[in-house]
Amino acid sequence: MTTPVLSVRDLVVEFPTRRGTLTAVDRISFDIAPGEVLGVVGESGAGKSMTGAAVIGLLEPPGRIAGGEILLKGERIDNLPLEAMRKVRGKRVGMVFQDPLTSLNPLYRVGEQLIETIQTHTTLTTAQARARAIDLLTEVGIPAPDKRIDAYPHQFSGGMRQRVVLALALCAEPELVIADEPTTALDVSVQAQIISLLKNLCKQHNTAVMLITHDMGVIAETADRVAVMYAGRIAEIGPVQDVIKRAKHPYTQGLMGSIPSLDATSDRLVQIPGSMPRLTAIPKGCAFNPRCPAVFARCREERPDPIPVGASQVACWLHSSDQEKAA
Amino acid sequence: MSEPLVTVRNLSRTFDVSKPWLNRVLEREERRLLRAVQDVSFTIGKRETFALVGESGSGKSTVANMVVGLLEPSAGSVLIDGVDMASTKDPAKLKAVRSKIQMIFQSPFASLNPRWRVDRIIAEPIRAFGLMSDSREIAEEVGRLLRTVGLDPADGTKFPHEFSGGQRQRVAIARALASRPEFIVCDEPTSALDVSVQAQILNLMRDLQDQYGLTYLFISHNLAVVRHMATRIGVMYLGRLVEVAPGRQLFAAPRHPYTRMLLDAVPDLDMTGRARKPVLGEIPNPITPPAGCPFNPRCPLANGRCRTEVPASVTDALGTVACHAVTEGRLAA
Repeated sequence: MTTPVLSVRDLVVEFPTRRGTLTAVDRISFDIAPGEVLGVVGESGAGKSMTGAAVIGLLEPPGRIAGGEILLKGERIDNLPLEAMRKVRGKRVGMVFQDPLTSLNPLYRVGEQLIETIQTHTTLTTAQARARAIDLLTEVGIPAPDKRIDAYPHQFSGGMRQRVVLALALCAEPELVIADEPTTALDVSVQAQIISLLKNLCKQHNTAVMLITHDMGVIAETADRVAVMYAGRIAEIGPVQDVIKRAKHPYTQGLMGSIPSLDATSDRLVQIPGSMPRLTAIPKGCAFNPRCPAVFARCREERPDPIPVGASQVACWLHSSDQEKAA
Repeated sequence: MSEPLVTVRNLSRTFDVSKPWLNRVLEREERRLLRAVQDVSFTIGKRETFALVGESGSGKSTVANMVVGLLEPSAGSVLIDGVDMASTKDPAKLKAVRSKIQMIFQSPFASLNPRWRVDRIIAEPIRAFGLMSDSREIAEEVGRLLRTVGLDPADGTKFPHEFSGGQRQRVAIARALASRPEFIVCDEPTSALDVSVQAQILNLMRDLQDQYGLTYLFISHNLAVVRHMATRIGVMYLGRLVEVAPGRQLFAAPRHPYTRMLLDAVPDLDMTGRARKPVLGEIPNPITPPAGCPFNPRCPLANGRCRTEVPASVTDALGTVACHAVTEGRLAA
């Protein structure tokens, strides 16, 4: 395999508080290959956005990376000085946030924002940068880009604004794009447009994508591989088909069953009892054990590490015997 | 179908979004009206779940607010159990009808008073409608309601912030049940919740419907949730009801081009690998809606008539649809 674009090894993100240290992300590891879309799913508080923020170096203090390493094309970026990290951010790693209205400056024309970003990362003159900005707007499907470049963000609709944000994220041709809930604020019909745009652009430029979302439908359609997060840990990671159709972790199975489907005929949805633990009270052993239908003694004592099952990795003791047999 | 519990007739609501009078005079501007809901009619039978779906700005929440009486209609009427909510003057009759209606809102963070304990929140409708007066009796009833929605009666002494989002929505449901309603309007009841919690709440709502014989008006933008909950579905676009059909029918054979587009646009777990159909354009600004059919600028079947004439709703055996292409038979079924 080629060098992964992003490689996260045993990442730990902690929040020191007066009442003790909270572990928002607890020893997670994953890789993203060039041109690959890794979906990161989980419920609120599972640590998915925190993982994205840690990768791009935008953790809100007092949050900090307390362990592990993050490698971009084999170079460590988690311990870079602020100034060096600023060069990586935007240039090598692009970011798309949930709300396009807050990620654009309302006081500047979109062209000015694009040109500023382009000139920060390249040596183009203003005229060249403007031409490049128009190209980018064309590429993300904004009609009449030579006119719209001089419009302010409020003059765009939500979907068009998210296209501009996408153009901003792609303007330095980054190796990795982190998209944090890029379509959550949009309506379904517009969501479909943005998702296919993101997917096509990244395929064309061979950009790796870390797509953070709670919408399994978006993942099913877009991602190559999926990581399912629960209470700051990865419960299961594997090819999208395997995770969705043949989920191996009891949490993933419950999660998939709880999603109403368009051609569902069943009367009841699968229901996982209880809710995700708060960060202050993550249970001993497997974090999912109090809600797990298949829990046994070992789950309550020992935390399972990811175990390879088929093409996936599953952090569940149910699968440990398979591993022993294989070994 | 039995006698409908709710009848909505030609309901319209217009909001005035003009600038102040002086500005209008000085800047020579016209009055600007936002037609949030135009000419919407439907009925809901007893024990039925009628769902309204649509994208943001389609007017579904405005309809919900008019049905429960939080907003006054600009035109048209809402009849609940045969009583016209806007024109009936008899206060006793109105009060009797109002006690049959309840609402569950989208955000359980905003719909519960943070300074009240949960037992007081749930007891409020009981006191407001004078259903019980003895405080011990009320406390017992609150405990029973808490158990009904899957909480512990001891939770009554807690404040809303001590609960998770899903538990708060349970409290909101317990409050809605407190006045023993027949009809509950649910405005995006699970949009603020995670999927696993959403499944719990949707299952609970269905159980309660069976248990108490409830009728729901269910508002959502999530087609899969609507598919799961509704017996009949109304699709709204830009303030108009474009199609009404039984749930199974609508998903198996959508007729209005907008419904088709919406269904094609939804990402679904089974769609892995299959590309969604590209969708054209976005919802126009409701202040300046297109002439004719509101969907015509995005419709692949639009012709001259669609651009000038608003299609009327036509009801046949398969449901109700407002589309020239369907009535003219231009649309291959």
